[in-house]
Amino acid sequence: MADQTFPIPATVDVSRSRGAALLEWLHSWVITVDHKKLGILYIVYALFFLLVAGAEAVAIRIQLAIPHNHFLSPELYNEFFTMHGTTMVFLVGMTIIFGFGNYLVPLMIGARDMAFPRLNAFSFWMSAFGGLLLYFSFIGGFGLYGMGSAPDVSWWAYAPLTAKAFSPGHNTDYWAFSLIVMGFGTLGAAINTLATAFSMRCRGMTLLRMPLFVWLMVVTSGLTLITITPLTAAQVMLIIDRYLGGHFFDTQAGGSATVWMHFFWIFGHPEVYVLILPAFGIASEVIPVFSRKAIFGYPAMVAASVGIAFVSLSVWAHHMFTIGMTSVSNAFFALSTMMVGIPTGIKIFNWIATMWGGRIRFATPMLFCTAFLFQFLCAGLTGIMLAAAPWNWQLHNSYFVIAHFHYTLTGSFVFCFFAAIYYWFPKITGLMLSEKFGKWHFWLFFIGFHMTFDTMHFLGILGMPRSIYTYEPDRGWNTLNMIVSVGGIIQAVAVLILVWNIVDAFRHGPLAGNDPWDAWTLEWSTPSPPPAYNFETEPVVRSRRPLWDIKHPNDPDWKYER
Amino acid sequence: MSTIPNSIPIFADENWRLPSRGRVGMFSLIIGESAIFTIFVVAYIYYIGRSTYGPTPQILDVPWFNTACLLSSSIAIVLAERAIERGRLRAFAAWWGLTILLGIIFLAGTAIEWKRLIYADGLSIRTNLFGTTFYSLVGLHATHVVVGLLMLSLVMIFTLLGRVEQRHTERIQVLALYWHFVDAVWVVVFTVVYMLGR
Repeated sequence: MADQTFPIPATVDVSRSRGAALLEWLHSWVITVDHKKLGILYIVYALFFLLVAGAEAVAIRIQLAIPHNHFLSPELYNEFFTMHGTTMVFLVGMTIIFGFGNYLVPLMIGARDMAFPRLNAFSFWMSAFGGLLLYFSFIGGFGLYGMGSAPDVSWWAYAPLTAKAFSPGHNTDYWAFSLIVMGFGTLGAAINTLATAFSMRCRGMTLLRMPLFVWLMVVTSGLTLITITPLTAAQVMLIIDRYLGGHFFDTQAGGSATVWMHFFWIFGHPEVYVLILPAFGIASEVIPVFSRKAIFGYPAMVAASVGIAFVSLSVWAHHMFTIGMTSVSNAFFALSTMMVGIPTGIKIFNWIATMWGGRIRFATPMLFCTAFLFQFLCAGLTGIMLAAAPWNWQLHNSYFVIAHFHYTLTGSFVFCFFAAIYYWFPKITGLMLSEKFGKWHFWLFFIGFHMTFDTMHFLGILGMPRSIYTYEPDRGWNTLNMIVSVGGIIQAVAVLILVWNIVDAFRHGPLAGNDPWDAWTLEWSTPSPPPAYNFETEPVVRSRRPLWDIKHPNDPDWKYER
Repeated sequence: MSTIPNSIPIFADENWRLPSRGRVGMFSLIIGESAIFTIFVVAYIYYIGRSTYGPTPQILDVPWFNTACLLSSSIAIVLAERAIERGRLRAFAAWWGLTILLGIIFLAGTAIEWKRLIYADGLSIRTNLFGTTFYSLVGLHATHVVVGLLMLSLVMIFTLLGRVEQRHTERIQVLALYWHFVDAVWVVVFTVVYMLGR
């Protein structure tokens, strides 16, 4: 009965202390089932862990800046790179996509909430609890080395290293259990997103009029359904092996370590598409608005997204070329991986065609999206290189691979989500972020990113393997490693500027108004921040750009769209 | 920055129909669950005959009676769905109760089978690779039966308290979808474990 109003006596507010008011405010966040509040919780949670995992990355880079360094102990180094990867993928990536998804999907399709609000809250708190469990490992229990039992088997946790014999203590258990818990949260969020997009659309919002961000969230959620669940299944098998004495990955009893690799990468490869597809969605919202043109080739964009999702399901073994598969398997996975280049190529050309001849405004979100286009292209090209099996044999597990996937995950995913933060912050809080700080953030992050990850390619070609604690000074890697580390610190400074920008906006940011960017999707028709019910009256749309139709009644889009 | 009206003008569109969110949600859950089962089934098939010691699948007896019970529970739940659709609440309660009963018989049958395997044949989850894959796959399915039975029983309690009415038809049908899925998975598990793998 949340929508009932009761007469409140005027004396209540006077007698209440500030502490009680604060408690009530916090309580309202714990019990909330509002998609906007849950979306904000997801985003804040992701940003917090972005700082934590970023700090871990900086520690790793300080350790590797000079040869024979002892900034971290070898044990802590293993824990840090495992936790950096696990945190960035599951606690930052998966939560921020569902954070923005939660906040924006109902607003963009003209709905008042997600399809299952309570499932939504359940999903968030499961994810939050999973993250807590993962980080509790630093202080809980006693690990193999008696110094905290954070997972230290790297984020892909290959068997048989995870077997009880080689990984005693609870490090691996924390990893497996927290990922199972988070997996259920993610599954709930994906189901909710699909049900919302299919069943809660406002009048006239046909599937082919949905904003591309919603489309990409639909594709991502569909992909999540069939990728997170194999991970959960594999984790259950690992738990059975570790706790019940099972033999799934026990080579002594006929089990197979390769099966773990297959199961993990059946999850692991589509997972990077789960992360990058919402980033495509953000680029597809931001680029048209800041180019003042409708998105070029909307149906092709939708088809390409669905195509990427399907192709991504058949490419996982390109992570495993070096284990010695048959040449038929090698050829299959090399070709299927290269096929990903076709739909992603379509998307890149469509974004460029959207910008072509447009009146481009280089506000901070657009800067991030422009850099994304270039960096994603580079990431795709090194991806094609790594898809060629012989090239992969040479560079597998080297810094070239690290550079490649950080180009996709940092250079594309993180850049797009920074764009999203600058683009939707005014809607979420009603306040503008500073453009000055935004430009500093962008340029520092951009320079730091290229110092770090461009250089890593060369380190990989020079033969530096990933996940090593330290290296000999005579390998010729010293200067390059120092450049990589300095770049990493510059990126950290840039992220701190973002944090300061957000804090500063809350102190004296200018009011944003409903529609600061002169945009075209439905969320900008609501006040900023939107009220709990989102829309006073259920909106009705007739084209892909409902706000354009309202702003230009003489030249509406629905005259041209079929 | 042009100003925007707070609400958007209404166009008449009377034929606006969307799929039920319950069904979309349940189908999504089923797709996700299918992926979990696929992984376990693939592991089972891949590991057939790879145990280096201990009992082999030949010790299994085909659970015909169990299977018949579980599959006929799908028929019972369809009849229950039809009954509530037409508002015949007593018939609904009877068919729903029969569904639960058949599910419980299936679980009891599994328990008896496992007791024999553990005590007579000495096969536990840690005995060998076959034990690991067998108990985890059949156990995963049995877990889904238990979850299904808990939800069916919840509806049964509300039915007996007189709280379930004809207007709840859609929710009942969404729940029944889950039960049908559990049955369909059994067909796969049965074929793989007791027919092909033996």
